[in-house]
Amino acid sequence: MTVANAPVLVSGVVQAEPGRHPIGEPAGPTTRSPLGGLARYLGLAPFAVYVVIFLGLPTVLAIVTGFFTEDGAFTLDNIAGLFAPVVLSTFASSFWVSAVTAVVGSVIGALVCYALLGTRAGGALRSVIDSASSVLAQFGGVMLAFAFIAAIGGQSLLTLWLKNTFGLDIYADGVWLYQPAGLLVVYTYFQVPLMIITFLPALEGLKPQWAEANATLGGTRLTYWTRIAFPVLAPSFFGSLLLLFANAFSSYATAAALVSQGSPIVPLQIRAALVSETVLGRENMAGALALGMVVVMVVVMWGYSVLQARTSRWQK
Amino acid sequence: MTLTAPTRTLTAEPGSGATVELRGVVKNYGSMQALSGIDLAMAPGEFVALLGPSGCGKTTALRALSGLETVDAGSILIDGVDVASTPTNKRDIGMVFQSYSLFPHMTVTENVEFGLRMRRVPKASRRERAGEALEMVGLGAHGTRFAHQLSGGQQQRVALARALVTRPRVLLLDEPLSALDAKVRVQLREEIRRITRDLGITTVFVTHDQEEALAIADRVAVMRAGRIEQIGTPRDLYATPVNPFVADFVGLTSRVPGRLVGGEVVVYGTALPLLGEPQPDGPVMALIRPEDVVLADAGDPDVIEATVVESSFLGSLRRTRFELPDGATLSVQHDVGDHPQAGERAYLRLKRNAVAASAIPTEKSAT
Amino acid sequence: MTTKNSVRLGTEPGTVARWVILGVVGVVFAFPMLAMVEFTFRDGLSGGHTLDHWTGLLSEDAARTYRNLFTAIGNSLLLAVVTVGIVLVVLLPTMILVHLQFPRLRRVLEFVCIIPITVPAIVLVVGLAPVYSVVVEVFGGSIWTLAFAYGITVLPYAYRAIQSNLDAVDVITLSEAGRTLSANWGRVLWHVLLPNLKRGVLAASFISVAVVLGEFTIASLLNRVNLQTALLQVGQSDPYVAIIFALLALLLAFVLLLSIGRIGRSRRTGSES
Repeated sequence: MTVANAPVLVSGVVQAEPGRHPIGEPAGPTTRSPLGGLARYLGLAPFAVYVVIFLGLPTVLAIVTGFFTEDGAFTLDNIAGLFAPVVLSTFASSFWVSAVTAVVGSVIGALVCYALLGTRAGGALRSVIDSASSVLAQFGGVMLAFAFIAAIGGQSLLTLWLKNTFGLDIYADGVWLYQPAGLLVVYTYFQVPLMIITFLPALEGLKPQWAEANATLGGTRLTYWTRIAFPVLAPSFFGSLLLLFANAFSSYATAAALVSQGSPIVPLQIRAALVSETVLGRENMAGALALGMVVVMVVVMWGYSVLQARTSRWQK
Repeated sequence: MTLTAPTRTLTAEPGSGATVELRGVVKNYGSMQALSGIDLAMAPGEFVALLGPSGCGKTTALRALSGLETVDAGSILIDGVDVASTPTNKRDIGMVFQSYSLFPHMTVTENVEFGLRMRRVPKASRRERAGEALEMVGLGAHGTRFAHQLSGGQQQRVALARALVTRPRVLLLDEPLSALDAKVRVQLREEIRRITRDLGITTVFVTHDQEEALAIADRVAVMRAGRIEQIGTPRDLYATPVNPFVADFVGLTSRVPGRLVGGEVVVYGTALPLLGEPQPDGPVMALIRPEDVVLADAGDPDVIEATVVESSFLGSLRRTRFELPDGATLSVQHDVGDHPQAGERAYLRLKRNAVAASAIPTEKSAT
Repeated sequence: MTTKNSVRLGTEPGTVARWVILGVVGVVFAFPMLAMVEFTFRDGLSGGHTLDHWTGLLSEDAARTYRNLFTAIGNSLLLAVVTVGIVLVVLLPTMILVHLQFPRLRRVLEFVCIIPITVPAIVLVVGLAPVYSVVVEVFGGSIWTLAFAYGITVLPYAYRAIQSNLDAVDVITLSEAGRTLSANWGRVLWHVLLPNLKRGVLAASFISVAVVLGEFTIASLLNRVNLQTALLQVGQSDPYVAIIFALLALLLAFVLLLSIGRIGRSRRTGSES
């Protein structure tokens, strides 16, 4: 999950002061190159070319193909197609899954972070949880799907045990594991570790002096949490929540491995568009869908970076 | 930054300060004893400084008073009532921390109102009192700012206003000036002293800076390794330290070898009265203050020959270190007019003021 | 028993609360892992357990039966190597160059390396298809060309790992010291900078390997075969083997990420230069 790395990176962009160095910022390249002028930038060329071809170009293509038909004519048909009921409901499904798993993931993750307060940073418990979280936050796609099929799938121990012991057939109304409802459970599995990674630093940024000042001013534990800790943590909490939303929204592999029928969420819709070439009788719908996704992602990540800036201001 | 004279002050009820007493307070951290039986009695409105090096227990004692630390033995009495089992938020104290204590998400006014809010003071009254408190510390116009927009000195003023607005019985200050610039420190300590005097509030002030303690406290308690070595007025501590540690801590001293003969300390041919308890005759280390040595001329009686090591310019005076023939060093404080050069030969004379002395080898050097 | 100060103040949970939360969450999260392990020992639907699925991998015709899977594993490993190569040969020198010579471009570089987060693989792949039709013409259709796309996918991770090392070690001062001691840029790079960047480079490499091994989206939608696509396919016919390999891949990723944590910790506790 590329989103899993956003926390540190985005906050870096937001707060970075370009090239601040104790000795002082050099006005430009400090060595005299045998070639002058633009040739200095030659060293940056390989990376620039690479990024343009494999990141810039595909991004532009992805966003722009939505505006063209197969024959190359400009059209707004595909964009209009985004508003067809089928596609809108797909977006709604994606929002729904992302929002629910973001909320559940952030609440459970915050609870775990709370439970970790006061543990030693280098200690055994913390290291185990840190490592496990970084692995599980990355853990997705096919392997995760397998894990859940083994855990709560039709033939899993749990399902059979529930059926035999309590007469409870959790799949009585259909096998929901392979539908958006199943994604709710499965996505939470990597959302919670991502929350732990993202939110724990903020929780540790709570200064003990605030709790002490609260006590000396006559406050209780309750007032500490309601009037001080929660408000201070709010930007970070909601920022992490947005990050989790973006993470779920952009996930493809897990859903691809679990959901074989239909395309209930946007990434799967893109797959359908790519594979079958026409969706809704329109070509290039994949591009339009990609554009839709990018718009959502940009908005969410922008919100995240704004909240990160607020957090770092208060928790210097 | 100049301080404007406060236009309004919090009304002080006469004798509003409480009596504070620590009796035999003991605090252990595992096998280490942070406080080994502290006894301290404070009158209402008194300003006491707890002074000592890091690790001496002064902060622990303060936190025990506040309730942020529990005590293992002894009693803590505020107005005669033992509060050792009362939680912090019920002790009716005000506390100012070293740094970072302002709530970052609240404005200055909201910070100051917080204690009043906890006491369920109605909104209008809260506003008014917070405004008064901010005026008192000279920040009446900064009510809508946030902590990160203020300088260190301003933040501590807000912290002070916040602690005092509820009119607590006792004010506790945990090295409130240590994180500030020198100039701000001096200004602010005067402010703190003036305000606590106006309000008549009993105050305990922890610091490791002896100049600070001596400058503003009514009484100073010098602490070491969990005990109070001496409590007294600044004058007492300076003039009659009970042991070399106190003498050394409170003021700059030079240690030179001498002999105790018949109740007098003989140092380089000069006999000086002994400070403190009588001691048996024998070799001692004498503690000489820089202002008790003067520069003399070669022909003067009882001069000590010395070589200049280095000289520092301190604005209104000079302090010069001399090396004596036997290897001991003597610091001398003198007029800026005299300008000793390194390596020069000079002549020194000791004033006949009493000096503290400790027998060798039981206590070769203090601390 | 006296309670800790922080518990009394409310900044820390009590022991009971702490262990209830961690216990419940721990059990819930361990469960799918354990279920996977249990599954690999299952004997069909009979309810019994067997080691056959595991031992079957060591049998003689295993190589033949699972040929596709082993090819796919080889593909993924090759892709991991090439991707790390791209990181070391293209990204690392650029980062050092920007850090030393173009400090004002640092923010631009950071921004570029974050874009893959906002433009996820599923979106990128829509535009990669046409790009790759050209790539295939130039480089041929072998699997390793997929690494070009993977290099982009791992950018955020590799960037962060290398940048924190660059920030922690004062690269500018070191290189200036090297230069004043008459080393040319090549020697400065080799003898002075790279040894000090070992940790960041290792971390970047390990995490790139972990990401590449777990990548599914781009491979699948560009119709290539890698570990994950093969696992999905095998899973349809032989779920036992699929899950065994999924577990092994997971274990490898866990070891890699643990090592990064260990490297990071030894940096902190190790000698302060």
